[in-house]
Order: sequence, then structure tokens, then C-alpha cells
Amino acid sequence: MASSSSSLPPSVFNPRRHVGVNLERVTNVTNTEYPGHYPDEDHSWDLAKFKQNLQLSVKRLSQRSIEFDLVGVDASIANAFRRILIAEVPTMAIEHVYVWNNTSVIQDEVLAQRLGLIPLDVDPRMFEFRTQTDTPTDRNTLVFQLNVTCERMKNAPRGSTSQHKHEYVRSEDLEWVPQGEQEVVFADKPPAPTNKEIVLAKLAPGQEINVELHAIKGVGKEHAKWNPVATASYRLHPLVLLNPSKPIPPHLADKFAKCFSPGVVRVESGGKVSIDERNLRKESMSREVLRHPEFEGCVELKRIRDWFIFTIESESHYKPEELFLESVKVMRAKIASVREAAEALIAQPGADARVDGDVEMATA
Amino acid sequence: MADSTPKIKILKGAEPDLSAATYQIHDESHTLGNALRWMLMKNPKVEFCGYSVPHPSENHINMRIQMYDNLSSLTALITALSNLDDLCGTVEDAYKSSLATDPIERWDEQS
Repeated sequence: MASSSSSLPPSVFNPRRHVGVNLERVTNVTNTEYPGHYPDEDHSWDLAKFKQNLQLSVKRLSQRSIEFDLVGVDASIANAFRRILIAEVPTMAIEHVYVWNNTSVIQDEVLAQRLGLIPLDVDPRMFEFRTQTDTPTDRNTLVFQLNVTCERMKNAPRGSTSQHKHEYVRSEDLEWVPQGEQEVVFADKPPAPTNKEIVLAKLAPGQEINVELHAIKGVGKEHAKWNPVATASYRLHPLVLLNPSKPIPPHLADKFAKCFSPGVVRVESGGKVSIDERNLRKESMSREVLRHPEFEGCVELKRIRDWFIFTIESESHYKPEELFLESVKVMRAKIASVREAAEALIAQPGADARVDGDVEMATA
Repeated sequence: MADSTPKIKILKGAEPDLSAATYQIHDESHTLGNALRWMLMKNPKVEFCGYSVPHPSENHINMRIQMYDNLSSLTALITALSNLDDLCGTVEDAYKSSLATDPIERWDEQS
């Protein structure tokens, strides 16, 4: 079915790579390319073959987000990177809030929660993790101060909506208090919230908030405030296959085109229908076309099982293009730690004896 | 959290030659579990490989590996880990080269 002018590589039309999208179910979701599954086919791990098949191309990039295609990996690999982006790439966030005075209507614990969620523009790679027993140092803790009192502004213009100073407490009111070396290390770019306009509290005249904030390094699996991304997600590349033996009747061409996202279906002047493969990735896969009996058998909706369209939106210090690399780094660190433990297990003298009888039981 | 927990334990019931064994990997989840399972299944000497997260509030996974020809599952595990690391390296290099050379649509997004 691949036309000669296809902008997609021909291997895309290999049915083994397709996930079927039907009216009420999806089919062939799982990858079956394992050794022993197909007779006379070798699907054992081959790095050279993997390198050859892997395609990674960055498509769109802005100050906050990135979109790239990852083609030729299994879902388990793509999902590992996605999960790491959400839960295991470290960032800095406020963890300890020392309240000296808070006469606002917002309770201490609620204020502390709101403060924790402020994304901070500090490079986490400059810091070490701090455990509960560690003493705070300039290498693992960042200190901010928030000290605001709402006052009437004497010289405020008459009729102006804002008659009070600090009526709104915003993230810009956080003041960084450098500790030790930090003043030198962060001289170029003093730590501050990424967004200055987050409203933290509203004050009435005379009310005061005076708190000291300690930010530490952490990961998203402990608390969502350490999540470095707004979203990190992938979807599979859509594919629309027209059945050459059952073309769309010309008088229904426009109706057919309306069943898809704009630009996906081209209708020529004679009513001939074709798929614009450059716009296929925009297809929403609404499955609208499958609802109409007149189009039954004319078209098949598919997704390409190993073509992942990643979208990552940064909500932290990291530039969007750095985030994926950070996730690969975390993945490799995980692999290294498990591997070290496995190698220690193999090197352990008497490992066989231990397994034989006196197996160390896992205590729950 | 007690740091004394070993990273990997071999659960009771393993074959003496480790041709079939269940490994309990501490402080890991589906993230590594599923990827490692896939890589182990790519090994033709692996008869069976599966993993589970026994309970969501327990911080470990169980990885079951059974081998053909009485080979050691521990060796297969280490091989799979190093293959997985090669894979990550390949992906990393491909990403870096794409970022450096591919035509990228740059657009302005206000926060």
C-alpha cells in the first residue's frame, strides 16, 4: 500500500510493527520479537542491529518543551525513560519551613505545602542529596527567607485598586540567603523561583509572614514537588491505511476527510482520496471513520508499535533538551548499581552452598 | 530506611546451580524491572523470565529467571544488565547527535 512518493520509510508498512486500532478494541499490542517465537528468525540481542535500526530525531524545541521521535526500541525501554523523567530525575524544592511568625489567614502547614511546590531555578547537579541524619551544609541545602508585612501605602494614587504593599505574597518575595561557598558558586545566577508570579498568600493590613525556608535535593517519587517536568509522555505514531480494493466513493470523499484530523486526508479535485503522510503524526485517532458503515473495509487505523513520539515539558531548572539525557543518566546509574550487586553475588565465596540449603530468606 | 538491606537477594527455592532462581532487587520498580525483563527475554538461553512487584508499598521487585542447559541465571542477569547499558549508551549518543545535526523546528513558548 506504500506509494512511491511515501515520506515514511517502507518498513513502517511491515504489519508486524502495527498495533490495530479498531472500533472497540486495540489488537496486537505486545511485541513478539523474541528468540524462539518465529521459526528461523533470530531475535536475540544484537547491539549492531539495534544501532542500525534506532532512529532518534528531535522535531520541535522551545524554551519549555521538546518533541522528539524515538524509533526502534521496545515499549519497556521507552517507558523506563518516561517513568524516570517523572519520578527519578532530581530537582531542588523547599522541604523545611521554619515559621517565626505567621498572622495571615493561611495556616502554617498549608503555607508550607504551597512553598514546597514552588519550582526553583537552581541546578540540582550542584548539590548533594541530604538524608535525615546529615547536617545541613552549603553543598546540600539552599536557604530562602520570606519576610513580608502588609501595609497601607500612604502615597498610593486615589482610586487605585492596590492600596496596600504586599497585599499579595508572591514567589518573587522569596529572598535567597547564601550559605558558605554558595555566594561565589551562584554569583552568576542567584537561585530564585522559576516563576515570579505565583501567589502564595493574600494578606490584610497588619498581617505578617516571616518564615525561613530550606530547600534540598530530592526526586519525584518521594514527593511531586521534586518532579522536574510538567508532563513527560509519549504516543505511538499513527498510521492510516487505505484499502486499494475498496476506494472511497468520490461523493463521500469530503465526509471521509472530515473523519480525520485536518491535513491527514487529501481530496483531489476528482474526489480521489489519499493520505498525506507528512501530516499523519497529527492524526488524533478519534476513530470517527469506524462509526460510519459506508466506510467499512475502506480503511484501517494502526499505530506503529516501536515509534514513540515523546513530549517533555520542563518545569524546573533543566532546559527541555537536557531532561532526556538526565533520564538516561539515571537509568545507567540504576543499571550500574544492580550490576555491582549482581557481580558481588557471583564473587561471593560459598554462594552455591548458601543457595543450596541455607538460603537467606527475604524478610518482608 | 535501613540501608543494610542488600540490593539483591536470591529467594528460597533457587536451583543449586542457579539455573532457575528468583532475584529480589531492592529499591527498584517497573522502571528497571520491565526493561530488564525484556533484555533477558532477548537472550536465547533464557527459558523463562518474568518479574513482579509483589506489593505496591514494598520497595522491591522479584525477577524470576529460568535457563536452558543448566546455565547460570546470574550470569544471564549480568549480561542483560551490560546489554541494557549499551542500549542506553546508544540512545544517548543518537539523541546528542540528533540535537546537534537534525533540522529542529524552534518555536517560542511563553511560560
